Amino acid sequence: MKYGTTGAACAALLKRDLLLVWRRRGDALNPLLFAIIVVSLFPFALGPERTVLERIAAGTIFVAELLAMLLSLDTLFRSDLEDGSLEQLVVSPHPLSLLLACKIFIHWMTTALPLIVIAPLLAELLHLPDRVLPVLLVALLLSTPLLSLIGAVCVALTIGMRRSGMLLTLLVLPLIVPVLIFGAGACNAAQSGFAFHAPLLWLGAWLVLALVLAPLAAAAALKISLS
Amino acid sequence: MNPVLLWFHKLGSPPYFYRFAGRLIPWLYAITIIGMVIGLYGGLVMAPADYQQGDSFRIIYIHVPCAWMSLFVYAFMAANGFVALVWHIKLSETLAMTSAPIGAMFTFVTLVTGSLWGEPTWGTWWTWDARLTSELVLLFLYFGVIGLYHAIEDTRQASRAAAFLALVGAVNLPIVHYSVVWWHTLHQGTTVSLMGPSKIDPRMLWPLLTMALATHTYFFASLLARARVSLLQLESGKEWVRSQLGSGNPAEVSHV
Repeated sequence: MKYGTTGAACAALLKRDLLLVWRRRGDALNPLLFAIIVVSLFPFALGPERTVLERIAAGTIFVAELLAMLLSLDTLFRSDLEDGSLEQLVVSPHPLSLLLACKIFIHWMTTALPLIVIAPLLAELLHLPDRVLPVLLVALLLSTPLLSLIGAVCVALTIGMRRSGMLLTLLVLPLIVPVLIFGAGACNAAQSGFAFHAPLLWLGAWLVLALVLAPLAAAAALKISLS
Repeated sequence: MNPVLLWFHKLGSPPYFYRFAGRLIPWLYAITIIGMVIGLYGGLVMAPADYQQGDSFRIIYIHVPCAWMSLFVYAFMAANGFVALVWHIKLSETLAMTSAPIGAMFTFVTLVTGSLWGEPTWGTWWTWDARLTSELVLLFLYFGVIGLYHAIEDTRQASRAAAFLALVGAVNLPIVHYSVVWWHTLHQGTTVSLMGPSKIDPRMLWPLLTMALATHTYFFASLLARARVSLLQLESGKEWVRSQLGSGNPAEVSHV
């Protein structure tokens, strides 16, 4: 039997996953609505004063977007597990870590990228100063892939459980504390007029590390869960 | 095969480990009790009061050994998890999973005693300091491992998945620690160090080290006792369990 090249397999997987998201494009809007609603709850709870909202804006947007992504992580492998295609990925001759990296990439592109696109809207809702917005966007661009990668490892471990939502939160949140500290830290530093490059560089370094290690870890975790 | 290696291989066999642990546990508990009595007497009665903090510093005789143990147990769990994943040794899976609740307990005690000490000294029960925060994250990591272990039906698969999570956490723990240090720091620096001289009066130091020894022996005694029960549950259908418990009915064993 002849197999296609690994590149062809990845391309086919990318195309298939994109198509699946496109066919159910209504679902892709849910994380966006969730983030918008969470952000709009804060003025109700804290009062509409501009000074208060300005101060908490960056952190609130960060937490809301991370939570929105966390809730959508559950769908990363679920449908593939149900229709059996996940097992096909595991037994395929191509490196599982590479195939999972493709799936994680599509997941990031379809959930995190729209969240980053609406970040300026959220920033306006909370009166984030304009000069902080670019820093917020860069920080989100660096930290959302990290969340997808780390989350994928945890999803791979909890796969097959009927109600894994709460447990997934418990597993992922402690692991992404540094992402939050550096991401929101860069925005707060920029807002106070301090240098904000160091935390962004740290995020970048960590992202490079996770890009290499997380797909391998996710593949190993998936093999444990499906054994 | 050299005798030490042979003994180590034998230790991996559940029946052998069960008997070995059974013989070791009373000794470990004895050392724990003696060590704790001596250490607490030395710490609470004999050691001089601190020149700044007065008597409230004495909580370190509980707080510091527990804090050391919270990290030691995590390292122990991750190391056993690594062995379990690489060499598929059943005993390591059991040891990794049985150490998780003990480690969580040590972490919890560390947080509680720390906050009891913080109230008179810093004037607050909790502060978002680096060490406190990383200890809290450590507690969450323990909860994650325990939660994952209990969420999966099949025991061996559950321990492998949870051991993997413990390893991921072990990679992440230094990053969490240094990121929160960078974020905010109030907790005092290290006073006792293995390398070089400690910045603590010897009369205060020896009870602390005695307590550290006692908490280690307590951990191993508790670990072995828990591991024995888990092994009985895991191997409940096997011949050695039946002969060990002296009953022919394996159904009873599953309720141990």
